[in-house]
Amino acid sequence: MITAFADPFDTLFQIQSALQAREASNWLQNHTTSQGPFPPINVFQQGDDILAIIELPGIDKDALEIQAKDNTIRISGRKAVAYPIGVSVHRRERSTGEFDRTLSIPVQIDVDAIKAEYRDGILTLQLPRSERDKPRTIQIA
Amino acid sequence: MDPRQELQVQKKREHDQRQETTIPARVFVPTADIYESQDALNVVLEMPGVEKGNIDVRVEEGMLKIEGRLDLSKYQDVVPLYTEYNIGHYARSFRLSSKIDQAKISADLKDGVLFLTLPKAEEAKPRTVKVN
Repeated sequence: MITAFADPFDTLFQIQSALQAREASNWLQNHTTSQGPFPPINVFQQGDDILAIIELPGIDKDALEIQAKDNTIRISGRKAVAYPIGVSVHRRERSTGEFDRTLSIPVQIDVDAIKAEYRDGILTLQLPRSERDKPRTIQIA
Repeated sequence: MDPRQELQVQKKREHDQRQETTIPARVFVPTADIYESQDALNVVLEMPGVEKGNIDVRVEEGMLKIEGRLDLSKYQDVVPLYTEYNIGHYARSFRLSSKIDQAKISADLKDGVLFLTLPKAEEAKPRTVKVN
C-alpha cells in the first residue's frame, strides 16, 4: 500500500495536535495533566473569540515578552526567585528558569486587536478572530 | 538544575482533605518556599489567580494554615478547546517548629505569589550569651 502525504510536516503536526487533544479532554475531571513545558496554557472559546489563560505566578512584567504573528503567539520570559542574603532556606519548591513557548491557533487571529492582561499571576490573552475568518450566514433569497 | 533544560510545569498536587467540602471545586497544594532569618520565618506560596480578599491565613495550635479561594466565575461562559492544567482552590498547612508572634504576622500578595512573614516570638529568638 502506498500512502502519500501532501506535506509530511503537516501530518506530524496533525498527529501532535491529536495527541494533545486526548490530554485536553480531562478538563476539570479527576486527573491533572499539569505536564510539559512551562507555562501551562488553557485555551477557551468565548463566543467567536479565543481566550488563552496562562498560569505564570510571580513574573516581573518587564521579563515577559509576548509576540504575535499570523496565528501564532509566542510567550517567552524568565521566572526568577530571589532569597534575601543570610537566611537559611528550609524548603525550595518554586521553579525558576527561562521559558519560551509558541501557541498555534487554528483560526485566523486579528493580531492588532490582541489584548493581554497580567493579573494575580495569570496572563490572559484575548485573541479576537479576524473578521474575514468568521463564518457568515447566507440568506436564501 | 541544568540551565539548558527547558522549564517544565510542576505537577499540581491535590490537597488531601479530612473533611468533605460543600463546594464542588478541587483544592490544590500551592508550591512553597520557606526560609528563616534571625527574627522571622518567611513562607512564600504560589497561588496564581487568587485575589487579595480571598486569602485566609491562620495560626492555630502551632499549625500555620493558608487557604486561597479562586474566583471560578470567569470560567462560566467559556468552552474549553485545549487545556494543560486544572484549576481549583489552594490550601496548605505547616507545623511550626518555633514560637511565632501571631499578632505581627504580615502578608503581601503580588502577582499570584503570597509572601508571609512570621516574626518569631521574643522567647524563641537566639540570644548571645556573654562570657565573662
